[in-house]
Amino acid sequence: MGLRERLRQLRGPVPEDDVAGRTNALVVRGNEFGFDPFGLSRAHVKTAASVVRWIYRHYFRASAFGVENIPLDGRVIFVSNHSGQLPFDGMVIGAATFLEPERPRLVRSMVEYFVPTVPFASYLFARWGQIVGTPENCRRLLAAEEAVLVFPEGARGISKPFSRRYQLAEFGKGFMRLALEMQCPIVPVAVIGAEEQAPAVNVRPLAKLLGIPAFPVVPYPPFVPLVPLPVKYRLYFGAPMRFTGDADDDDETMGAQVASVKQAIEAMIERGLRERAHVFW
Amino acid sequence: MKVVITGISGRLGRIVARRLHHEADVQIVGLDRRPMRGRPKDIEHHQVDLRSKQARDIFRAGDVDALIHLGVMHDPRARAAELYSWNITGTTKLLEYCQAYRVPKVVLVSSSDVYGPRPDNPQFLTEDAPLLAAQRFPQMRDLVEIDHLVSTFLWRAREIETVILRPVHILGPVHNAPSNYLRIARPPVLLGFDPMVQLIHVDDVADAITLALAPGRRGIYNLVGPGEVPLSVVLRELGREPLPIPHPVAKPLLGLAFRLGLSSFPVAELDFIRYVCMVDGRRAAAELGFRPGRTLRETIHAVAED
Repeated sequence: MGLRERLRQLRGPVPEDDVAGRTNALVVRGNEFGFDPFGLSRAHVKTAASVVRWIYRHYFRASAFGVENIPLDGRVIFVSNHSGQLPFDGMVIGAATFLEPERPRLVRSMVEYFVPTVPFASYLFARWGQIVGTPENCRRLLAAEEAVLVFPEGARGISKPFSRRYQLAEFGKGFMRLALEMQCPIVPVAVIGAEEQAPAVNVRPLAKLLGIPAFPVVPYPPFVPLVPLPVKYRLYFGAPMRFTGDADDDDETMGAQVASVKQAIEAMIERGLRERAHVFW
Repeated sequence: MKVVITGISGRLGRIVARRLHHEADVQIVGLDRRPMRGRPKDIEHHQVDLRSKQARDIFRAGDVDALIHLGVMHDPRARAAELYSWNITGTTKLLEYCQAYRVPKVVLVSSSDVYGPRPDNPQFLTEDAPLLAAQRFPQMRDLVEIDHLVSTFLWRAREIETVILRPVHILGPVHNAPSNYLRIARPPVLLGFDPMVQLIHVDDVADAITLALAPGRRGIYNLVGPGEVPLSVVLRELGREPLPIPHPVAKPLLGLAFRLGLSSFPVAELDFIRYVCMVDGRRAAAELGFRPGRTLRETIHAVAED
C-alpha cells in the first residue's frame, strides 16, 4: 500500500460540504454594498471558508461532538479553552459551527487589540467577521442575535507551555457579566488537540524584551510555531447554560458562576482525553 | 426667527444658509471674515472677526433666536497660534454674547473626528466616549477644545438649549479633507489597511441642523449617514485607482510632500485611512428624529457634485 493510500486511510472519510450553499445561508446584516457594520462580507467569507474547510477536514481531521448544542439562531456566547500558541482553535471552532450543524452559524470571535495595527490582518479579520474584543462590540453583536466566541483564559491560555497542557488557566469574568447583562446563554466548548499542535516552551526574557505576552519556541525547525503540527482536533460542545444575576456583582459572587462554566469545560476535556486514542489520529 | 451663522462663507455655511433661507420665516445673518459669494439680497452679512466689537453688536439688540456655529477654522497651512486664538477665543466670545444677550439656542457643528481613529476603538463610539483625537493630532486640538467648550456651556448655561452635532465625514460640494481626498484620481492608501468608514451627505447635515433648531432639542449627537463601508469600496465606486504605500514609508513621504506644498494633508491624518473612527448615531435618530435622506451610493458620488 502506497503512502498516499495509508494517509487517506488514517484520515478517514471526509464529508462533502456545500461551502457555497452554506455561505449563502448565513445571516449577514449587510448594506447595499454587502458589508455588515463590522466589515463582514459574504464574498470574503466564502473564499476563507473553502480554505478553512480544507484545514478542518483534511489537515486537522476534526471531529465535533455535541453539535446539537449549537443554537441555530439567537444570541449565544461560546466559551472555550484556549491553547496552541497560534489561535487555530478559534478557527476550528468557527469551522465547526459553520460546517457541522444543520444550518451554518457564523461565530464572531474577539481578536486582540493589536490586530488592527497589523497590515492585512487589520481588515481581513474584519471581512471574515472577527472583531476587536471590546465589551461594547460584544454587546452590540449579541443585541443583534449573533454568536460570539470568547476565550476567557486569553493570552494566559494560548501561550502556556507544553508542560501545562490541558490545565485551564485563570478565567476572566467579562464573559459572565456580558451573559448576565444580555441574558444570553453560554455554550461551553472544549478543544482537544490544539495543546499538541505546537509543543512549546516560553522564553520569558525574550518576550519581555520584545514586549509581547510570550515568546514560544518549539523543538523543531523553524523553532517558532508558525505552522501547527497535523494533530487531530476534537471539539466538544456542551449543553447551553443559562445564568441569572446582577451583571455588576463583585468578582466573588461572579466567581461561582464562572467556576461552573470552567468545570463544564474541564469535564468535557477529561472526556475528550479519555476518548482519544492518539494525538495525531 | 433670526439665526446667526458663523462661517457662512464656506461651502457648508452656504448650503445651510440656502436651506434655511427657503423657510419663509427665517431671517439669516452671516458672520464671517470672508465675503459671502452669491449672497441673496435678503441675507445680511457681516464681514467681521468673531472676536471684534462688531460681532458683539450683532447680538446686542437681543433679537437673535439661534446661533449656528460653523466658523471653526481648520487650515493646516495657517499658523497654529493664530488658529488657536481665532477658534478658542472666538468660540468663547460667541458663547459669552449668547449668554449676555439671551440667545435661546446654540448649535455647534463639531465632528466625529474628535474621538480620533485608534486601533482599540470600539466599532461604534457613543457620545460619552472620551475625545482623544488631540493625543495623536496636534492639528485636531482646536476642534476638540471647541467641542469641550461648548459641552461645558451646555451644562453651565441651562437656560440656553445647546446642541452639539458630531457628523461623520461630510461629503458633497465642500472642501474638507475627506471630500478632497476622494477627489484625487490616484489617492494614496496604506498597504494592508482598509478601515470601515462612515460618510454623510452635506445636505443631510443641513437637515440635522434644521432639526436641532427646533425648540426643546438639547444635547450632544453623533450624526451618521446611510451605513458603513470599507474605504476601498468607496474608492472603487468612484473609479479611483488607489496607490498602496507601506505605512512605515507613508509617514515620511507624506511629511515631505506636505512640507514641499505638494499635499494638503497633515501626516497625522493618515490614521483616518488606517484605523476605524466610527460612531453610533442612535441617539440622534431617537431624540432628534434624524434619518439620512441619501443612500450610501448617492452620498459617495456627492464628492463629484458642484
